[in-house]
Amino acid sequence: MIWFQIERLWNYWPILLKGLGMTVSLSLLSLVAGMIVGLIFALARTSGNRWLSGICGFYIDLFRGTPFLVQVFICFFILPAVGIELSAFSAGVLALSNLSACFIGEIIAAGINAVPRGQNEAAIASGFTHSQKLRLIILPQALQIVRPTLVGQFILLVKDSSVVSAIGIMDLTRSGWMIVQNIPNGLLVFGVVGLGYLIVCYPMIYLSRRMERGTQSPIL
Amino acid sequence: MLGNLNIRVISEYLPDLWEGFLNTLMLSAAGFTGAFIIGIIACGLSIQPVRWLRGVGVAYIDLIRSTPLLAQLYFLYFGLPRLGVLLPEFTIGIIALALNSGAYIAEIIRSGILSIPRGQFEAALSSGFTYVQRMRLIVLPQAIRPTISPLIGQAIVLVKDSSLLSLISVVELIRVGQKIALDRFMPVEGLVATAVGFLVIYYLLKALAAFWSHFNRTNSQ
Repeated sequence: MIWFQIERLWNYWPILLKGLGMTVSLSLLSLVAGMIVGLIFALARTSGNRWLSGICGFYIDLFRGTPFLVQVFICFFILPAVGIELSAFSAGVLALSNLSACFIGEIIAAGINAVPRGQNEAAIASGFTHSQKLRLIILPQALQIVRPTLVGQFILLVKDSSVVSAIGIMDLTRSGWMIVQNIPNGLLVFGVVGLGYLIVCYPMIYLSRRMERGTQSPIL
Repeated sequence: MLGNLNIRVISEYLPDLWEGFLNTLMLSAAGFTGAFIIGIIACGLSIQPVRWLRGVGVAYIDLIRSTPLLAQLYFLYFGLPRLGVLLPEFTIGIIALALNSGAYIAEIIRSGILSIPRGQFEAALSSGFTYVQRMRLIVLPQAIRPTISPLIGQAIVLVKDSSLLSLISVVELIRVGQKIALDRFMPVEGLVATAVGFLVIYYLLKALAAFWSHFNRTNSQ
């Protein structure tokens, strides 16, 4: 029985592979968009302008405080009501990029605040313009500080991308959900699906652990 | 978009929304309790000296951390009946939430323990404490303090994650929102009401975290 099911599951490999490709491309697109917008959020948060920082903080809170599923539904069901028609894929990418921008924005802002004040003052004293100061002095150090946290965020992004399967995007989770209707063995099908995510995520978990180890002394 | 929000429809469904809100709270509370217990066990396994037991703990944590909750949820939902275990969706949801958050809580506690200076372990060891005594009397009391804020953060994540249980037809906030959308063709009202419910929980937990860090700062001065 189990061999028969494994054999049938084997026939579905193109669907699973396509799903994995979809998951990876969703995550990569949102990663790039999220990094760019997140950087803008972080600069707004640390600009020293209270209004800008406050509005930005409230916007970020809105998306950090609601489940991602709600955000996906909002992009897919409510945006058309105000005249923005999106395909399922673009709605998914939009929701995912927005979410990652909110989280990455807070992470980078924390990194910028962690750069010692003296660096800022030294840059000003050296006559750097504001943009030179950010580009050459502050951001490289801030990004260095938050590197392990950012990798952790990328892992979360890959996993969060599974939620967009709820609006019918054929990602890895959705393919598993389709296959399990034909092969009634959830352990086998979702075991394979989990393996797909593991292949993508585990190297990143390993990487973030290696990075953290540099800052911590191992005990026990 | 929010200007012509139909408040009347939302107020009509208030009893349902309240029920969904309570269910979300209940699911999250049960899930978090379970996750805390699992987290302590998994953390204990992953740092104790017996090698194969450590492997079990680390494998559990890594497996959970590298797969999405939704896949884990479907794994249990479609997989458990296969093993002859027939449970209501509500219970499966709580188990999935607890198993998922348990791995993250294990990591939080582990980093709390790792933040304790090495000399404390050595002092306990040379004072002749057993492993259990060392953990109970020296390590855990010191390890708990730095874990409180990340634990509240994990609670926030868990509350939001509980929304995924709507996909295996557990009745919670999102499900009620969808009901409004389907009964009255008003997806905006349904989703806004749902989002507000989650935001209330989020801001409460956030305030708790702020209170804790304030309390901690004034106390340690």
